[in-house]
Amino acid sequence: MDSVIEKVVMEKGSKVLPESILKELIEKLKKRNVTEEEAKKIVELVIEVYQNSLVEPGEPIGTVTAQSIGEPGTQMTLRTFHYAGVRELNVTLGLPRLIEIVDARKVPSTPMMEVFLDEEHRYDREKAKEVARRIEFTKVENVANLVEADLYTGSIVVELDPEMLADKGLTVKDVYNALKKLNFGEVEITDEYRLEIRLKEAGDLTYISKKRERVLNAKLKGITGIKRAIIQSRKGADGREEFVIITDGSNLPQVLKVPGVDQSRTRTNSIYETEEVLGIEAARKVIINEIMNVLREQGLDVDMRHVLLVADIMTQTGRVRQIGRHGVSGEKTSFLSKAAFEMTTKHLFEASTQGKTDDLKGVTENVIVGQIIPVGTGMIELYVNVEGNSPATNENKRGE
Amino acid sequence: MVDPIKRISAIKLSVLSPDEIRKMSKVQIITAETYDDDGLPIQGGVMDPRLGVIEPGQKCPVCGNTMHSCPGHFGHIELAKPVIHVGYVKYIYDLLRSTCWKCGRVLLTDKEINEYLDLQRRLEKYLPFLLPVFHEHIKNKASKNSICPHCGAPQHKIKLERPTTFYEEEKGSFRKLAPDEIRNRLSNIPDNDVRLMGIDPQESRPEWFVLTVLPVPPVQVRPSIMLETGIRAEDDLTHKLVDIVRANQRLRESMDAAAPPIVIDDLWELLQYHVTTYIDNEVPGIPPAKHRTGRALKTLAQRLKGKEGRFRGYLSGKRVDFSSRTVISPDPNISINEVGVPEEAAKILTVPVRVTQWNIEEMRNYVINGPYKWPGANYIIRPDGKRIDLRYFKDRKSLASSLTPGYVVERHLIDGDIALFNRQPSLHRMSIMAHVVKVLPGRTFRLNLLVCPPYNADFDGDEMNLHIPQTEEARAEARELMLVQKHIMSPRYGGPIIGGLQDYISGGYLLTSKATVLTKEDVIELLGVAKYAGDIPEPAFYSPKELWTGKQLVSLFLPEDFTIRMKSSVNAGRLRCEDDDCLHDSFIVIKKGKLLTGVIDKKSIGSQQPESLYHWIVKEYGGDFARELADRMFKMFIRYIEKYGFTMSLDDVDIPPEAQKEIKEILNKAEEDVEKIIEQARRGELEPLPGRTVEETVETKIMERLSKARDEAGEVAANYLDIFNNAFIMARTGARGNILNLTQMSATLGQQSIRGERINRGYRNRPLPHFKPGDLSPYARGFVYNSFRLGLSPIELFYHAAGGREGLVDTAVRTSQSGYMQRRLINALLDVRIEYDGSARLPDGTFVQFTYGNDKVDPAKSDHGKAVNVDRIIERVVGWRE
Repeated sequence: MDSVIEKVVMEKGSKVLPESILKELIEKLKKRNVTEEEAKKIVELVIEVYQNSLVEPGEPIGTVTAQSIGEPGTQMTLRTFHYAGVRELNVTLGLPRLIEIVDARKVPSTPMMEVFLDEEHRYDREKAKEVARRIEFTKVENVANLVEADLYTGSIVVELDPEMLADKGLTVKDVYNALKKLNFGEVEITDEYRLEIRLKEAGDLTYISKKRERVLNAKLKGITGIKRAIIQSRKGADGREEFVIITDGSNLPQVLKVPGVDQSRTRTNSIYETEEVLGIEAARKVIINEIMNVLREQGLDVDMRHVLLVADIMTQTGRVRQIGRHGVSGEKTSFLSKAAFEMTTKHLFEASTQGKTDDLKGVTENVIVGQIIPVGTGMIELYVNVEGNSPATNENKRGE
Repeated sequence: MVDPIKRISAIKLSVLSPDEIRKMSKVQIITAETYDDDGLPIQGGVMDPRLGVIEPGQKCPVCGNTMHSCPGHFGHIELAKPVIHVGYVKYIYDLLRSTCWKCGRVLLTDKEINEYLDLQRRLEKYLPFLLPVFHEHIKNKASKNSICPHCGAPQHKIKLERPTTFYEEEKGSFRKLAPDEIRNRLSNIPDNDVRLMGIDPQESRPEWFVLTVLPVPPVQVRPSIMLETGIRAEDDLTHKLVDIVRANQRLRESMDAAAPPIVIDDLWELLQYHVTTYIDNEVPGIPPAKHRTGRALKTLAQRLKGKEGRFRGYLSGKRVDFSSRTVISPDPNISINEVGVPEEAAKILTVPVRVTQWNIEEMRNYVINGPYKWPGANYIIRPDGKRIDLRYFKDRKSLASSLTPGYVVERHLIDGDIALFNRQPSLHRMSIMAHVVKVLPGRTFRLNLLVCPPYNADFDGDEMNLHIPQTEEARAEARELMLVQKHIMSPRYGGPIIGGLQDYISGGYLLTSKATVLTKEDVIELLGVAKYAGDIPEPAFYSPKELWTGKQLVSLFLPEDFTIRMKSSVNAGRLRCEDDDCLHDSFIVIKKGKLLTGVIDKKSIGSQQPESLYHWIVKEYGGDFARELADRMFKMFIRYIEKYGFTMSLDDVDIPPEAQKEIKEILNKAEEDVEKIIEQARRGELEPLPGRTVEETVETKIMERLSKARDEAGEVAANYLDIFNNAFIMARTGARGNILNLTQMSATLGQQSIRGERINRGYRNRPLPHFKPGDLSPYARGFVYNSFRLGLSPIELFYHAAGGREGLVDTAVRTSQSGYMQRRLINALLDVRIEYDGSARLPDGTFVQFTYGNDKVDPAKSDHGKAVNVDRIIERVVGWRE
């Protein structure tokens, strides 16, 4: 029976239907107990429905897309700080995040990474923690109980928290080295967990507190920009539990260099970083994922195709361009369209110095001069010789 | 003869040269005087009659035309000394920096110049969008050279002091560059070098950026208006031109009188100021020119810029005739694709109809009825093109009889005409749809309730607009593409945006519920309102008397080959079941057009419900059928709910005392727990959550505990509510409200929040003076113990209002933000269209997507995103059997 179904489907549908639908059809028909007759009918119906679902030429799909993404914007919540699985972290979602994405901001307001681990590290919490320690940016402040400026002796005393030290996988020696690197003066381990920096030169209160600030922020280990790394366990594609590191802050180029990180799956929500490191196709993918994520989280039903088009127009030239005057709109060829959008006079002056010609190909331009717009039914140009009363000859047909 | 179609094929912009300005000028403006004592314009003044006629009856001394056909003519002002044009300051600055002050060449070697020119030619041909970057690069490179590679002259640093003053650094001190000097330098730059800077010397020589002659626009551009007092008020531009002429005159006089250079420079500066503000009155760095009243003048740039400027206000958006606007009100008795138009409006809105031998009698009647009696006509257009206004025509009867084929009658709007109906904000294409006109008494537009979702309309005072297409093409497109039934499927998600709402859903549920049986009279009434014309089906019960079920009635409207299995909205909680063997009647089974089990509710007929019964009807039987179903079956639902007498009263949210007690206990328990948390924190025993302070941890824990308490209380209330309680029916079927609303009414309102936190702002350490500072108890921080049924205490009411206000503010802020985002999205994407090969492209042919959406499928015609829902098709053909 199975082979019969396959034959029926391939016979009728192989030239018309796309691969994916054929596959789905065969698979689903095999599961169901259908007769050959029914299978034929089903395939015919599928073909009919498929052909009816195709886009018509001239469809102003750009406008439809813009409306389909813009309209749900009115229904979105404004200030939603939502916790993504881990509740220590909050992420900007909703309208602000959507605006941020189409603006193609260099740094998202809440940068975040999802760091996947390699075969060796992903199944063991301790090993995952090891990687997390390598990633998380740790400064003296994070492991110190107390950092005190002693004005009298002109020194700064650092008292470390042994628990925190162990948690971050650091030793007193590490801190010692880090403090030494600052080159503020002699560093001395005065007690088991107590260090003292004797400043080279004495200074007043502001001077010392400035130095203290520097001590607090002295880097011990980790990657700049990663404020926190949290380990989360989740089910992997193979069904096995695996550990993933979620970070607060993003630094893709550096994180990818960390041993134990699975470079092929690790991702960030920063479009700019992705573009720099992984290229334009990856950036496109991030735009799609991030927009879909915002919409899904808000419970808004928007067709994937709209998001694809937005991502494609943003990445069309090989660089990420924002939706707005510094990107897609600003790089249009028509000065009338640009002038009608934003910064009217600037575009007019610019066009005049270049002696530019606007050939009125787009929609806005034709609205401005009061002509039929070149989308939908306006795309067709058909001339019929009414007077001649004869079927159209080659002379009075003009195609474009 | 058909009019030849004239089309504008291109528009070109360039900079006017002084010669061109003089050539197109009809008069040189030499005096600042405008009118003489008799109120006549002075020759050589800014209102010189040669600039165009604006008074009726006069003839233009230049072209001989009257007011209506004279386009107006330009004049010019010869400036005593050149001034800089603000719009081109940026270009002047770039040019000065990257060319040699002595020989005028670009500061690049000949070799480089030739290479770049060659590269530029190729870029223009193949990668035009890279040109701006290219020119930027050249400017940067050239301006870095400190010695001219051509004549060897050392280059000085140029400084621009905005808006229009240039300085040159010479031996550490700055020397002002006068406009005439700048102009000399600019005119020294050879054409090829100009080209390298991205400027086309044919269309705009750089020296033209410094004005020596100023064009004076015709008076039509700046009409003066007569005030009621009879005083003539001049346009802002005229004021500015007078200022310029006056400053120019004074400058010239001082020059002729050989005044000291300081005086001349001052006057020159003044002239520069006036010319600058004449062009743009919002230039940063200088005070805007003011009117006598202190209002800033609206000069050239201000006329073009911004939302109300020429571009966005008049060119991108055009005002139209044959439109109308009024309040909307609901009418369930008209079809979803109809619009009720008040007679008053129908007598003003007209449709031009060409008289033919077949409609001549009808048209004569319209003419005889005239403009004040509906249905009549307002105008007649004779074959020679002359318009006759029927308001002023006495003998309409004889006019009517003189009507012959070839006349056009602008007749009133009548039933069956097509109209475009719109509600702002027009956020998606379903905000403008075509409706069939139905002229009704009253003064409001009437629309069917089922089309509220696409327009997002309600009837609390909303107004909508109506447009009457005037050409045959427009009407055809409206009927074929824009009619309501063509837009049931939303392109946003591939599901129906139109569908049952509120009482339609409750009605559908009540009618199809198992408890409903109908007598013959009921059946006749219900089928009657639905305009059912077939036979009454066999009754479901014969004894004790003939009775029908609601499911039987619904089945009468379903197509005979329609088969579906799906869950209802009520299929949840206690009424959940997974297949058609469902005791709660919450699983819909329709086989061959017969509703066998299940109730009709939001999931099956609701609006914005993809993959619902209504969705598949629209998909499989088309919009016309779906429209009919909405007009007939849905009508039956509301008639049934009227007969049933569906209402909601206080009783519906009342819960028995024992439930009340139970809820109280739950809340008391929660309060105790909260106290424990606070106490724990006070003693410092609370372990903070990672990354949180103790205070934040306390807050999180309290919120969690309280929200749990609210849920528990709600559950108790829901358990005590009768299943056939009307409010509960509405919540379960999805008609209106949800369980949360119900529990807020009958159990407890719960925590009020601002920015996701408990209410904590107000006085120091306490939101209200009724509490002790630092009181963290639920009551002090906005937990409302009471339900709406019990009533809120004053403090609770205050907190509730505070939480409610946040929502209002949020909406207000959001609309502006999302509106701007949508404007940008539209502007970035509006040129993208589908070509015949299924690709998404821009009008110049560049690709955005080679295959639209990877599968060429139109989301509006998809099955909730999928090209084909294979499961549904198998279900259609084989039904189901295991």
